Amino acid sequence: MSIAESPQQEQIIVREVVEPPVSTRRRVTTGSLLVVAGLLAVLAFGVGADKGSAVFGLNAASDTPFDVTVPAGLTAGLLGLVVVALGVYQLVRGFPRRQTRWVVAGALVSLVVAFLCWAASAGSTVQITGLLQQSILSAVPLVLGALGGILCERSGVINVAIEGQMLSGAFAGALFASVAHNLGVGVLAAVLAGGLVGALLAVFAIRYLVNQVILGVVINLLALGLTGFIYDALMQPHADQYNSPGVFSAVPIPLLGDIPVVGPVLFQANVLVYATYVLVVVVNVALFRTRWGLRTRAVGEHPKAADTVGIKVLRIRFVDTVLGGCVAGFAGAYLTLGAVGAFGKNMTSGRGFIALAAVIFGRWSPNGAVGAALLFGFADALQTGLTIIQAPVQIPSNFLAMAPYLATLFVVAGLGGRVRAPAADGEPYVK
Amino acid sequence: MKLELRGITKRFGSLVANHGIDLVVEPGEVHCLLGENGAGKSTLMNVLYGLYQPDEGEILVDGRAVHFDGPGDALAAGIGMVHQHFMLIPVFTVTENVVLGHEEVAGGLLDRRRARDQVVEVSRRYRLDVPPDALVGDLPVGVQQRVEILKALARDAKVLILDEPTAVLTPQEVDELLDIVRRLRDGGTGVLFISHKLREVKALADRITVLRRGKIVGTASPDASAAELAALMVGRQVKLEVDKGVARPGEPVLQVEDLRVLDPSGTVLVDDVSLSVRAGEIYAIAGVQGNGQTELTEALVGLVRPDSGRIVLDGKDITRSDTDDVLGAGVGYVPEDRMHDGLVGPFSVAENLVLDLYDQPPYGRGLTLNMGAVQRNATERVAEFDVRTSGVDAAASTLSGGNQQKVVLARELSRPLRLLVVAQPTRGLDVGSMEFVHRRIVRERDRGTAVVLVSTELDEVIGLADRIAVMYRGRIIDELPGGASPEDIGLLMAGQSLESAPAASTSAGTTSATSTPTGTSAGNVPTGEAS
Amino acid sequence: MTQAPVDEAAQPAPSSPAPGAPRRRRTALNTALVTALALLSALVVGAVLIAIGDEKTRGALGYFFAYPWDAFSFGWHAVSAAYVALFQGAIVDPSTLSSGDLGRILAPISETLLDATPLICAGLSVGLAFRAGLFNIGGQGQIIIAAIFAGYVGFAVHLPIVLHVVVATIAGVVGGALWGGLAGWLKARTGAHEVISTIMLNYIAYFLLLYLLSVPGFQAPPYGQAISNNVHATARLPHLLGSGLRLHFGFVLALLAAAGTWWLLNRSTLGFRLRAVGANSAAARTAGMPVESSYTVVMLLSGALAGLAGISQILGTNPAITGDIDAGFGFDAITVALLGRANPWGIVLAGILFGGLHAGGLQMQASTGTPVDLVVVVQAMIVLFIAAPQLVRSVFRLRPEQAVGQNLAKGWNG
Repeated sequence: MSIAESPQQEQIIVREVVEPPVSTRRRVTTGSLLVVAGLLAVLAFGVGADKGSAVFGLNAASDTPFDVTVPAGLTAGLLGLVVVALGVYQLVRGFPRRQTRWVVAGALVSLVVAFLCWAASAGSTVQITGLLQQSILSAVPLVLGALGGILCERSGVINVAIEGQMLSGAFAGALFASVAHNLGVGVLAAVLAGGLVGALLAVFAIRYLVNQVILGVVINLLALGLTGFIYDALMQPHADQYNSPGVFSAVPIPLLGDIPVVGPVLFQANVLVYATYVLVVVVNVALFRTRWGLRTRAVGEHPKAADTVGIKVLRIRFVDTVLGGCVAGFAGAYLTLGAVGAFGKNMTSGRGFIALAAVIFGRWSPNGAVGAALLFGFADALQTGLTIIQAPVQIPSNFLAMAPYLATLFVVAGLGGRVRAPAADGEPYVK
Repeated sequence: MKLELRGITKRFGSLVANHGIDLVVEPGEVHCLLGENGAGKSTLMNVLYGLYQPDEGEILVDGRAVHFDGPGDALAAGIGMVHQHFMLIPVFTVTENVVLGHEEVAGGLLDRRRARDQVVEVSRRYRLDVPPDALVGDLPVGVQQRVEILKALARDAKVLILDEPTAVLTPQEVDELLDIVRRLRDGGTGVLFISHKLREVKALADRITVLRRGKIVGTASPDASAAELAALMVGRQVKLEVDKGVARPGEPVLQVEDLRVLDPSGTVLVDDVSLSVRAGEIYAIAGVQGNGQTELTEALVGLVRPDSGRIVLDGKDITRSDTDDVLGAGVGYVPEDRMHDGLVGPFSVAENLVLDLYDQPPYGRGLTLNMGAVQRNATERVAEFDVRTSGVDAAASTLSGGNQQKVVLARELSRPLRLLVVAQPTRGLDVGSMEFVHRRIVRERDRGTAVVLVSTELDEVIGLADRIAVMYRGRIIDELPGGASPEDIGLLMAGQSLESAPAASTSAGTTSATSTPTGTSAGNVPTGEAS
Repeated sequence: MTQAPVDEAAQPAPSSPAPGAPRRRRTALNTALVTALALLSALVVGAVLIAIGDEKTRGALGYFFAYPWDAFSFGWHAVSAAYVALFQGAIVDPSTLSSGDLGRILAPISETLLDATPLICAGLSVGLAFRAGLFNIGGQGQIIIAAIFAGYVGFAVHLPIVLHVVVATIAGVVGGALWGGLAGWLKARTGAHEVISTIMLNYIAYFLLLYLLSVPGFQAPPYGQAISNNVHATARLPHLLGSGLRLHFGFVLALLAAAGTWWLLNRSTLGFRLRAVGANSAAARTAGMPVESSYTVVMLLSGALAGLAGISQILGTNPAITGDIDAGFGFDAITVALLGRANPWGIVLAGILFGGLHAGGLQMQASTGTPVDLVVVVQAMIVLFIAAPQLVRSVFRLRPEQAVGQNLAKGWNG
């Protein structure tokens, strides 16, 4: 038995691999969860629905609504059975690892639709278009916050301060837009404010080697205190002067805005929302197709390796952290200048943390994070929407509000697969 | 390109890592830098590569003085470095790793096609086969090293520095590497080859410079004898033997039957291994790093769950026991990475000495710690093992490597043992500490303890072992008696069985033609080879 | 070979001086100095903010270059008035000394120690977790759950006087322990990073509380406000300085907790194990210590300590549970733990300092109109200055020392 055949051939055959497709434990867990959820759906939403139909309101264009009517209990029950079937298949055979994600997503969609059928079965109409519209609007700050977080974390700096960056951006946006009577100036100020907070994070994390999680928490406190202080001292007593910036008005896009259903949801918003779409694409391309993106990812995985090929590790981390802060600041601008129209104390109320959850939920990939943010935005919209609908049983809105956090908890606990951050995330680089 | 170092001095606080080093690498020659662990080789290379700034001295390229602010400058000057611990990003492809730092850009975006073509071209030119689209993390170590070398060559390196490149290679892979280096040299590249392995240095070098304690202590030609070179490296006539009496083995203490350990993705790391170790003998497991020895020892002490098979200690099945229970059953464990797994750096020496016994009398009763007992124990052990420290309350991280290892050893040997498992016990130690550790291991054997020694250093294995097993790709390929020759062991380490090999042994010493162990032997060590 | 072992040449010589009492004293002095300087620097930053927030000073800045003196004098006036009020609210109001009324003289101290109580407890919670290598950001959630448990026992159950408060306290501690332990268990079983899980649990607890505050049986009639029933008098913690002052027995509990935590960390086998796991979990595991269950245990204890903060809130300071029963203590506690260097007695001192800032801040807002958020800013700045000793040192030219957060630098991957 000689080994000196073709060196390449020899080397590529690594070792004998004993093949478990997906870990048995995970397969069983996912499968059982699907089965249980499906059964619950059949019982609660299918059987528990009021007799009658569920009416879903959609909009072809802004003023020609049309409704889709389905038998409520039947539809919900069928969807529940579909989920049960998926769960059984997962338990018995198991989907290949790649497909599991899509299967779970599909099951989730089915469950949600079943839920909506049930909620609408008591007679009210569920305005799908409105729901989706609100989802997008709720999701925008989360998407932006998540993008900011990703820029930072992919280069290896943990960013728990997204909340503080957002808050600072919201604050600066309102203040400067009011003083300058110009929304554009406000946006610029917000971006700079976010960047400044990002720079603070960068300096202390990269130069002074402070633990990045603690740093994030402290920076959040600092931002809260500073913005609260100036709000009390300046903005509240002199609201006309310092806290009435106004809001960007909606700008429907000519052709795209007229597409049935999709149009009103996506293309009849204000310019900040459109900027968000662009930003999602830009970040994706930048991270995976440009030189800067390659180097950023290298620095986040193995900074020493990057250093030895001449890449300036600390500088890249610094720039990325500041950029991340800028994007998070922009998220804050959306809150004040794109939605509410004025600043309020602690107005971000945890959105920064949901954005962080979206980053983790999405496994540090821009698309994953955006997807997670959309999901969370949908949950938020659902929560508001449900208070309008007369569901057969009134669900306390507080439980729905818990949903994003519970979901993230499940993901982090590995029910959606092991979560893997960039290898050097959180480790300061010391030569 | 001619590379010259003149009077390079580098200090870290009060420690002088490099003192007035003069070195020249001519184009088309292999200049080997020889030195023990801790002699200052890596520091010198880091200075050369721009990672450190020298305190004194200068670097000259083709006669002109240059200053490197960072690796980028060194790269631009034509110096390429192949690091001991690969500087590769496991989640990137081979192509991405090779072009990182000098990527081709088309219209603002990465030009993937050009990059791939470049990698294929360079790979062909130097005959270094690599799969351009594979993820580096999936590749075996030998191929990873090729990628590392390609990285440097793709940047038109005129001088290539290789830092301990053979540490993780099988003898077969080492030969291939030496061929590659020779080809590069013949092509005009200057090579600076750093190693502490005499055999390779003698096989490859055109010139040899020996470094010791930060200074150049001599130059030699490859004709110098191994003993001469070793003497220069270490500073005195080194006896390459261990004083060891005859073993008197008793009953089997440890039985391992068909042990199988898998990694999380299903790869087999320990492949149906069976072995038996008797009281009063040293059973050595030799093999190149990464062939399953680490996982085997971890399974023995309960740090890793085996997939199937049995581990029996004194008749008791400990296959699925927790580490706590295994240690409590009379097993001592000296892990291979003492700072990572053996000691808690911020803890004091005293606390480290009771790391496994803190919750048992006299050190701990129920919830309470008996600080006095801990201190007393520490004072006794430090004296017994001659641990050089500023006090038993000093943090373990302030001790030198040798003293740290003594603390670990002291802890494990301070309770009655049936089995002692030591992994790489003298890695990174100076010669004096090495001798101390070897002596204590032999002493433990003579007290009737069964000893399992895992080591990648052939001299250590040959010097200490009563029986030698060689692991390759997760299996024990063969077992040899303690007096086996390095050539035989080396062949086994490369996966070749002894029967099929042509007359392999050329030096004196016993050669075993069969695969079954033939009992113990006296500690006879052939002194010709030094690595 | 019988030569004595030779020290390796290549090992860098340890840079720390010889250990023993003199070194520890010197380090303690150094630490105190850094803390004092950080406090000073933070107050300076605060002063700048006060000046900006003051109407008159802002107005004077408008014509600064024409007549700068006004800006300085108005600014100085605003800052000194604010800081004097801060002092008066935190320690003592000198004008009350002549009155001989002990109640009025001790009122500021009482408020300071009152605010310090939950800060100390929650700070101990964070500090204990730090030592075991975990970040407990879940103080908010643990306090809320503890308050729910303790409050419920406090208003829904009828028990004789001493028994009631004891049972309610235990209920609260158990509640906090469970909520913290949940995060610890998740980490032990699934590897879920405790920062994320505790943050998520914070929100879950918060919404759970909001829900309960809308349910009759928990919510107080007439069911218009989000406030719970009042806790019975029999379940309340006794006052320490008479019924006129708010300081209650919770402060004593906090001090006892500090003593217990010190003993646990330094004199117990469990503490040895927790510290080992926190300092090097790989070595601890190799020595046979159960690492995962240590996480669960320490989070249980940590949650219990946060629970103490919760019970001091609902059985001591406040009559009923509201949505902000945690009053931000969960996050403030992190700054307390950092300032106290994760050391129980340091945390006590830090808790008292920040408690004083809180109490003084309220007085400052009442007297001079300076928003109380200033205190939050000062707190955060103190910690930033502490966490970057190089910054303070380069400003004040002191000797180098180990940074406090450095040995905790870890990432999501554990």
